[in-house]
Parts: sequence; C-alpha cells; structure tokens
Amino acid sequence: MPVNEQSVGRVYPPTAPYGVSAAKIREFAEAVGAPDPAHVDAAAAQALGYRDVIAPPTFAVLIAQQCDAQFVTDPEMGVDFTRVVHGQQTFVHHRPLTAGDAVVGVLHVDAVKVVAGNAMVTTRTELTVDDQPVCTSTSMLVVRGDQS
Amino acid sequence: MSAIRRAADVAKGDLLPERVLHVDRATLVRYAGASLDRNPIHWDERFARSVGLPDVIAHGMFTMGAAASLLTEWVGDPGRVVRYTTKFVGPVVVPYGTGADITLGGRVTAVDPDTREVVVELSAVCDGAKVLGRALATVALD
Repeated sequence: MPVNEQSVGRVYPPTAPYGVSAAKIREFAEAVGAPDPAHVDAAAAQALGYRDVIAPPTFAVLIAQQCDAQFVTDPEMGVDFTRVVHGQQTFVHHRPLTAGDAVVGVLHVDAVKVVAGNAMVTTRTELTVDDQPVCTSTSMLVVRGDQS
Repeated sequence: MSAIRRAADVAKGDLLPERVLHVDRATLVRYAGASLDRNPIHWDERFARSVGLPDVIAHGMFTMGAAASLLTEWVGDPGRVVRYTTKFVGPVVVPYGTGADITLGGRVTAVDPDTREVVVELSAVCDGAKVLGRALATVALD
C-alpha cells in the first residue's frame, strides 16, 4: 500500500506564517509570464484598489506545497515523494494574495483512494491572513505504486 | 493601463487570443526557483529517466500558471480570478536542445449577467496533446 489510508480526516497544525514579499511576487510573475504591472508596481496595484502589489492566481501553490510537505514527509504516511505526481489542482480565492500578507496554512487530508495500485490523495490547504480566509488550495496527488 | 474587461462586453463562445509559449530548461529553472518546487524531474534528465520519465518535464503548475497569465491579460486585472481548477492530463517534455512549445488558448463557456461572473475554459497543448484537462477559471467582472 503506497499511502496510509487511515490518514483521511487528518488535520496538521497551522504552519508558521509565510511573509508574502513584493520581490517574490515579481519573481513568480516573471516565471509564469505575467506582465501585468499590478504584480510589480504598487501604484498600478493601488489604482485597481489593492493595498500593494498582488500575486498571480497560482502563487498560492508556493505556500500550499510547503504545507503538503508535512504530509509527504510524514513517516506515518509512507509516501515515497519521488513517486508523487500532481494530478489535479484547484484554487478558490477570496482575495488576491498581497505583498505584506503573513499567510498561515492548515493542511487537511480529505481523501485517499487506491486505484490499480496507485494512491490518489486529496489534500486541502486553508490559507488565512489574520484569521481571515484568503485562499483554499486543493491538490490531488497521485502516488504511483510499484507497478507503474 | 488597459481597461478592465466588463461582463456586459463578454459573450459565451468568445475566444482569448492564442499564444505559443516556448519552454526551455532555463524557463523551468526559473520557475523552480520562483515557486520553490525544486523536484529534480524538472531540471535533471538523469534523475527524470531514473524514475521512468522520458526526459525532463515541465512543472504542471508552470503550465497552469502560464495559462492564468493569458487569462489575466485578457481580463486586465489579475486579482479578479475567484476560482481556477485543472487536471494535469499530459506532460510537457522539455529536451535539452530544442525545448518545447505550448499553445495556450481560452474560450468563454458561461456568463452570468446577474453575478457578472464569467467562466473561461483554458487550454494548453504540446505536440498535439492536451496538457491541461478541464481547466476552468471563474473571473468576477464589473
């Protein structure tokens, strides 16, 4: 069995706050080819009604994957991370992540399904700033079994 | 600054301008650094082959992010995306010398005149095969 099925429903402790910086937003925006000035110019972001530069829609994965690492590296889970493939990803945004946010993530294991020797694990990370929900990131990870 | 697109100016079936994105190893190393996803399958072909892959492959999240960039340019405000989901249905294989080309596109599949929410199905195709499956983004417009 590639993954401990008893882990469904597990909730990990809140992570230490991740500080979203303007520099990281700029680096990420350049890496995904997002030229909008709202990612790099505070005045442009403020003209759109934001407090400071805002992150691209998939930036939250950077924080969510750090949360997922708790699950992937948890010895009780028995996951071989070299056999993990990203199967599906969903973001629900309440507002864009913004420079200056201190983001806390709480990781939930929502489902573990074993199909043909592969485990499909659905994890959900609830990201909050000052206890207010900002983003829900849901990932389906496929942990390939020995046969594939 | 370009104007922000309005729901009233959008119709089901509208197409987003298509774009061909060239991806090479430098693109992937840059994304690995930016995203903190340093899995060696995205930059070390010896490692990638040792775990059964044909060569280095792009991060699924790179393609999802690049498709989002196409969308947010069309919208005119990158903070309007309220929901974005995709399946990763095929890899982007990135050989050392030649790299790979990903064709990105999008089509409006729903417009709600009351909530002014617009759903766009995004597409990413490499070597004739789909990379993203059912990539649906909801944007909240004025």
